[in-house]
Order: sequence, then structure tokens, then C-alpha cells
Amino acid sequence: MIQDSPVQYVGVDRVEEPLIFVSGVHGVGYDETVEVLDPQGNARPGTVLEVNGQTAVVQVLGGTIGLSNTGTRVRFHGRPLSVCVSEDMLGRAFDGLGRPIDGGPAPFGGELRDVNGVPINPAARTYPSEFIQTGISIIDGSNSLIRGQKLPIFSGSGMPHDRLAAQIVRQATLPGQEASFAVILAGMGIKNDEVEFFRHSFESAGVLGKVALFLSLADAPSVERVQTPRTALTLAEYLAVDKDMHVLVILTDMTNYCDALREISSARDEIPARKGYPGHLYSDLAAIYERAGRIEGSEGSITLMPILTMPSDDISHPVPDLTGYITEGEIVCDRSLFRQGIYPPVSALLSLSRLMKDGVGAGATREDHMDISNQLYAAYSRVDSVRGLASVIGEEELSPMDRQVLEFGDAFEKQYVNQGEDENRSVEQTLDIAWRVAGILPRSELARLSDELLDRYYRRESERERPDAEGNE
Amino acid sequence: MSGPRAQAGSIRRVSGPIVEAVGMASAQAYEVVRVGPQALIGEVIKLAGDVATIQVYEYTGGLRPGDGVQRTGAALSLVLAPGLLGSIFDGIQRPLSMLAEQTGAFLKPGVVADALDVARKWRFVPRVRPDQELRAGEAFGVVQETRAIEHRLLVPPGVEGKVSTVEPEGEYAITDVLCVMDGEAGPAELTMIQRWPVRRPRPFRRRRASTQVLVTGQRVIDTFFPIARGGTAAVPGDFGTGKTILQHQFAKWSDADVVVYVGCGERGNEMTDILRSFPELEDPHTGRSLMERTVLIANTSNMPVAAREVSIYTGITIAEYYRDMGYAVALMADSTSRWAEALREASSRLEEMPAEEGFPAYLAARLAQFYERAGLVETLGGDEGSITVVGAVSPPGGDFSEPVTQHTTRFVRCFWALDPDLAHARHYPAISWLDSYSEYVGDVADWWARFNPDWSAQREEMMNLLAEEDRLQQIVRLVGPDVLPDAQRLVLLVADMFKTGFLQQDAGDEVDTYCAPRKQELLLKGFVDFLRGTRRIIAQGAPIARVRQLPIIQDLLRARSVIPNDDEEALDGLLGRLADQLDELAREYS
Repeated sequence: MIQDSPVQYVGVDRVEEPLIFVSGVHGVGYDETVEVLDPQGNARPGTVLEVNGQTAVVQVLGGTIGLSNTGTRVRFHGRPLSVCVSEDMLGRAFDGLGRPIDGGPAPFGGELRDVNGVPINPAARTYPSEFIQTGISIIDGSNSLIRGQKLPIFSGSGMPHDRLAAQIVRQATLPGQEASFAVILAGMGIKNDEVEFFRHSFESAGVLGKVALFLSLADAPSVERVQTPRTALTLAEYLAVDKDMHVLVILTDMTNYCDALREISSARDEIPARKGYPGHLYSDLAAIYERAGRIEGSEGSITLMPILTMPSDDISHPVPDLTGYITEGEIVCDRSLFRQGIYPPVSALLSLSRLMKDGVGAGATREDHMDISNQLYAAYSRVDSVRGLASVIGEEELSPMDRQVLEFGDAFEKQYVNQGEDENRSVEQTLDIAWRVAGILPRSELARLSDELLDRYYRRESERERPDAEGNE
Repeated sequence: MSGPRAQAGSIRRVSGPIVEAVGMASAQAYEVVRVGPQALIGEVIKLAGDVATIQVYEYTGGLRPGDGVQRTGAALSLVLAPGLLGSIFDGIQRPLSMLAEQTGAFLKPGVVADALDVARKWRFVPRVRPDQELRAGEAFGVVQETRAIEHRLLVPPGVEGKVSTVEPEGEYAITDVLCVMDGEAGPAELTMIQRWPVRRPRPFRRRRASTQVLVTGQRVIDTFFPIARGGTAAVPGDFGTGKTILQHQFAKWSDADVVVYVGCGERGNEMTDILRSFPELEDPHTGRSLMERTVLIANTSNMPVAAREVSIYTGITIAEYYRDMGYAVALMADSTSRWAEALREASSRLEEMPAEEGFPAYLAARLAQFYERAGLVETLGGDEGSITVVGAVSPPGGDFSEPVTQHTTRFVRCFWALDPDLAHARHYPAISWLDSYSEYVGDVADWWARFNPDWSAQREEMMNLLAEEDRLQQIVRLVGPDVLPDAQRLVLLVADMFKTGFLQQDAGDEVDTYCAPRKQELLLKGFVDFLRGTRRIIAQGAPIARVRQLPIIQDLLRARSVIPNDDEEALDGLLGRLADQLDELAREYS
């Protein structure tokens, strides 16, 4: 890092995790980067949260443990928090501030960049429209991922969101193209065994050399978490915009990130909005998520998959709620599917990809893609109420039509949604399964499909043609 | 506007976008100031002694106590002149397309650019002669701004007198003096430019009651919850319920002359989508490209939050400017909740006492001020102009009892509630027919009656059907539909058909995306005829199964995307076949 003869102050007024208050300062700028030296002389980074006359409020990224009012020295650098980025960072592991933690040396050369980034001019964006095949039916078929999209996974504790994310990283391709992704994984408050899982999964797929890890472990100082996604995205922007690479960024777990933000906000005595989270949480999350996308004049792209665990599976909790308002859709994991052993346990009805309509169809995937997807949604939305009815009056009492709806619902979950962790389905396979499942319903019930598509793809799955439970024909 | 009076204050405190400066005793509230060495644009929002609290519209990193603050002497004002249409601006009217060309894809703080191109020449056609008396709001000339819109150059509010000179027809830049007027206050030189402070509503003569529908081409809205020209509407909905697509549909298909679209704290790609798709789309009312009538204001969620607060006012001031020329303007604000959050953020940094959920106590007053700038008016020039405002609301957790939704409902007369259950079933637009309302239904009934004298009765009949269906569904959930008598099962059948064939509308379908009023009215009639006819037949003893088998059902369901708007013959044919099939079945059971 460039050393620019910083001004040093000795002693602070107040230490209040994660903040320190330094008085008597001159010429200190808002949001500039700071080096805090504890009495033993060890440096930890920080940023200026507020300057008021001669007092600066500094957020200490290494935590305030061991700092004292008299023995602490503070150096102000006169520039925002920055990280040195280069292509050599792929294949390496760093902490939340971009310092190597894999025992290797700091990457040579590179460019110093402000981690906060600068907003993209909306007039300079390119609208994302290239379909990414993940090999997972419920995503490809019903909630397609588009290059340059921000599509989060909403999950709950214990559910296999990590496995799902790792499978997406292993399998993601553009149909008909060889170019693969550089992957950046930012782990906020992530556990050591989760890190091992991702590392192992990338290693066995042979992609580890294209992965950069930014980890703020669960036992690392919590305020470092707030910088972790920013550091990771600064590298992503460098690779995508300057080096024309396609980058897939995974941020996990955004709930930990928001909790860290809440901690800092409460230490600053800010007026909280919902559930104690600061009122600027939306803008803060947007500053992270909106760094995804594509811009004109650059070949590269940033596709963003934040993962977050919903506390008590509550989708109206501020973190998933505000995320959903910023991202272009969401993949929602569902506890009841998970209990039934369905993998990935993705709730079709709650999930959505806003950019799907522009990336699928004739020329991109297949002409029937959007229509069959909408038809499956419409039909599956009836399943819940029929199941409810069946539990009241018994399945035997259901009308023949309702029984078909039930059968459709089961097939949708067990054949279409459910698949193996290493099963990589092509988009054609996914759509074929979709039509097979739709074939359980009579043609007259499929009002969302045109006659043309029905003539081409619809095959009635009649009772007799399918093997029954004993396997008899 | 008085010229800049450079008078320096100096920064005392910096906290996010809020800056306090001393030495500002003579500053005015809401005056624009330039802050720090980069001359960042800010606005004075509070004065106490010689301390001014300033809201800065750009990233404030690096600002330090002691840095200078320059006064400009003017409130935040817009440059209003030809060239607005087809452009995209940020919240403080910086031209984003031009900035992208000049400074690259990222918005660096401190960049300045003229809002409108001052080098471009426009063909000016004078409309006055020397010695003619002119009053504020009257046109002294016109410029054909786009093929769709003639830009009327109006005498600014507050100016009147006798024309002393006027330039002949020819090519001029927006800064050229075109007309000189002699008034009591001395001579006034008029160019194509008017400057107007964004927070002050532009004057008009008087308000008028509106009886005309602003046609949106969306069936569930025009037919069930119509909005009048000059009206106000709110679209509240949880994420994923289709607020933005609906707003885009309004911007595309409503029969306004000018559309102002304010993307306020929302996604960057949504603005890109408009920029990419609108030039290609054709306005069904004029046949011109949609971009020729559209002004975009984009302050996306990651752009500085203070500029988000002002973007709404920037949008409505531009809307008022075109209203004053006698145009029907529609303004879409997506989303007013993000605007309210910007207020909350500033309020919290000012350490004001919060009211509900951290929002400042003046939230309701600000919302009211904004929506009150809508309306159908007689302009100063004597024309009729209107602003129709549609504001999206993003309630946290989809909970409509939160402050922004609740306050908004007090100031709007149309409420289009989006229902997540409908959205999850991919029923779009996901406007709930049970929770939505429009207070304009009575006002516009005569407008609809021109097409169809029976419109009010038919609309009500279908609304009742939907309400009855909802009630029956509660029974069905408990015991199943089989126990219901045929007359009630018919209600379920027709309601279901109506949802699929009328209420749903496919924004991605070339035909269905816009539905002309005539087609809406005939389709409505089709479903009403079907309901009335089959009710009679069931009463005569026909089983519901026979009704289900009528081939006309499939035709009725697919008509919305199969029959083009202008093919009245096909619609009449559909209604004819419907009558025939019903008659035939009725004869069997008579």
C-alpha cells in the first residue's frame, strides 16, 4: 500500500466498541481511512464516520479490544479506504480488507481502488439479457439467472443454501459458449467449516484457480464484515470493467452483514427504523447490490448472488424484505420442501426472476420457455388449496379434476424441482420435464399455452401409460 | 434569478450527506450552495444563528472541517426549455446520457454539465407581433421539440407587458434572446429558457373537475378502477408483485401527451430497460416513438440519497411546465417509499424527533404537498392542462398499515392494491379487485357511457360476481365445490373465466399489452352476456357440465391476445357467436 505520510495523533477521548472518538484533530475528512495503533504498536484499520469541528468519530475495523484512551495512536491517511486489486487475486484467500490469509505474499502490483466504488450511471448500463444455464431445473426453467443479474437466495438456518450456491458455481455456463466465470466469494461472519465446504467444492470441480475468497470469519471482529462485500466487489468491478471478465459474486451471509451494520448504528446512537436496523439500511444494501450489472463499452459482467438466512424463516424480516426490493428477483428456500427431502428446496411460488422474460425464448433457450413456465406457476398455485381441501374432506372425496391437481403438485415437486446435487440438466431436459409434468393435467386446463405450443409439445400423461406403484404396466 | 454572490462559509461538521457550516448568517432556506474544493452541490435545509445545515447531493467523502462553502443566492432551480423530452436526468437535472459520454460509466462526484444542450439550434416560429399585449402564460412562439410535441414558449409567470421586438422565424439556441417585452417593471428579455425553483408549484388560473378517463390500456384499471385526467393514484405492493412493470405499462400506453417517469431509489437496470425499449415502441395514440414524449428522472438506489429526495420535485416541476403549455401530462413515481426513506435518513442525521417508525412528523405534509401538485387546471394562458400522478409505494414486509402507505391513501383517490397471492400465481397485473378502489368511477361514468350506455351496470355486475366468488371460495376451501348447487358453481366458473380472460393482461404479449377502450367495453359485454345467458339456462335446469362444454368459452378466454384492438368486426363476430350458442342451449332446455 502507498504510504502518504499520515498525520498522527496520540490518545483518544472515548472508546466504545466499535468506535473511538478522537479530539483535537485538524484537516480530517469524512469517510477517510485511518490506522489505529494499540499500545503495543499493532495497527488496525478504521474509517471516519463523522467529523465535528475538532472531533472525529472513527469506526475501528479490527475491533476496539485492547485500545486505551491514553496509549492509542491514530493516523489519518487523507483518502478513502482502498484495496489493491489485480488479476493475481484469483486463486487466493483474503480477509475482509483484502489482506492475504492463505499464508502467501500480498499480490504484486495491481491498482489501488476506493472500496466504496462509484455509482454506475444508469444511462451507461447495458440491459442484461444472456441466459446462464445453471443445470438446476427450478432456476433455469422457472427463475432463470441472467448474466449481470442480482439474484439472491433467501434461505433459513440449516437449509442447503451453501450446497445450492456451490452447485451453481460448478455448473454455470452460457449455452453454446465455453467462457466460464471468475468467482468471488465474500463470506461475512461465515463459519470455518462453511469455508472448508466451499473450498473443497471448488477444488473438486477444478475451479479453485478462478476463485478469490474474501473471508471475515464468524470469530473475526464483527465490524470487518461491513467492509467485506465492498472489498470483494471492488475486485469484481476491476475484473469485469477493466479486464472484460465475467464475474460471479457470491455474498454470504447478508444477514450477518446487516447485523454488523446494526451494531455500528446502535453504537452511534442512531435512531433505528424496523427491528433496530438503521434507517439507511436500504441505501446501504443498494450501494452493494447495484454494483452488479453490465456497462456499455465493456465485455465483462458482474452477476451477484447474495445469500441470506431469514431469521425464523420470516420473509418479511427487514433483511430479506429490503433485499427483495433491490434485487432482480429472489430464489426462496422453503422449510416444508426441505423436510420432505427435496433438493433444492426452492419454493416455486415465492421465487421470481425479474430478468427472465428478456433472456429466454426463441433464439436464447426455446420458444416455449416463458409460456410453459407461467403455466406451471398458474397450475401449481392451485395445489395448496386442493391439499388443504383434501386434508379436510379426504382425498377420496375430491373431484377427479382436483385429484389430478394433487398428482400434478407431487410430480412438480418430486420430478421437476427435485434433482441431484451433481445432476446437471440442460435447459432442454428441464423444459421436457416441465411438459411431462404439465401433461398430468388435461389440455383444457392449460389456458396459458397457445394451441400452437400445445400441438407441438403437449403429451397427455394418462393414468394407464404410467407405471403404478407396483411397477405394473 | 439574481447572479451568484460568492460568499464563503466554512464547514464545521460532516456526517454522511449532512454538512454543517458556519459563517452562513445571510443564507436563505433552500438556497443552493457549493461545498468544499470539489464544489459539490448542496441545499440549505436549516438555519440557526450563523450555522447552516446543508444537504449535499453527492458523495461527501473527503470533506473536512474548515473547507469552504460558496453561496449561489438561488434556490434549486431547473432549466426548462426545448430538449427535455427524450432525455434522462438525475435528481438535480444533470444530463445522464451526456455525462456517460463525457466522464464514463461511473458517476464521479463534483461533475457539472449543462442540463440541456446550449449549442443545439431549434427552429423558432414567432406567434406575436410587436406592440401586442402579452400576459404570463401566453405563448410568444413555438418550437417543434419532437415530432409528437410542439413546445410552446410561454411568457414566464410574473412577466407581462407589450412586445417591443421579436425575432423572425429561424434557427436559434435556447439561450438566444427571442422576444423583448416592455412592462411596468421595465424591459424583459425572453429566451427559450425558463428557470423555476423545484420546490415551488408553478401557478395556474384555477382547478377544474375532471370527467375524462386517462386511458391506460390496462383493463382492470380503465374498466374497474379508472383514473381521471388530473387524478392521483397509489400502487402499493410488496416486492415481486409487479409495481414497476405496471408503472412501465402506464408510461408506455397511457394517452397522456407527455410522460415524466421518476425512478426514485429503484434499480438501475429498470431505467436502462426504459431507455432501451421506449425508442423502439410506438405510441398507439400518435404513432410516434414513445421516447419522443417521455422525460426520465433517474436517481437509482445507489445514487446519493439526498438527490433522491429532490428528484420527485424535479419530476413534478417538469410536468407542470408541460401542463402550462396545455398538455395532459402523466407522472409516474417509482417509488415514493424510497423518497420517504430519504426524508427519514436526512431527518435522522439532523437528530429530529421521529414520529412513526423513525419517519419525521412532516412526512404526511410532504406527501400531501406532492400529490396536490396534480390536477386538471386552466392554465395562465387559458388552456386546459393536467397532471396525473401515479405513485408506487413499497411497504416493508407488504404491510399496508405502515406510515407511507397509510398517509398516501389519505391524499390519493385511486388505490390499486397489489396482491402477492395473485403475483405468485403469475396473475398479472396483480391488482386485487377486492382491496382496490377508485373514487373517480362516478366522475367518469359518462365518459364510458359514450361507448356503452349500460357500462356502469355491467361493471357493477362483474364486481358483484367477483365478491360473491370470494365468499363462495371460503366454503369451497372447507367442503369442496361439488356440494354447491349449479347456480353457485356457475359463479365460480364465470369468475374464473373472467380472471383469465379479462382481468389478467400480458405485458409481454404484442396484442394484449395495450387494450383500447372499445375493445375493453366489448370484452366486458361478452363476459356479461355470457353470465346473464348461462344464469338463465341454469335456472331452466341445464346442468353446469353443458355450460362448460360451450366452445365459445375458449374463444372468450383467448380474445384478449388473439383479436387486435382495431378489429371490431372480429369482436362483434365473437359476441354474435356467443349469443347463438347461448340461444341454442337455451332452446334445448326451454
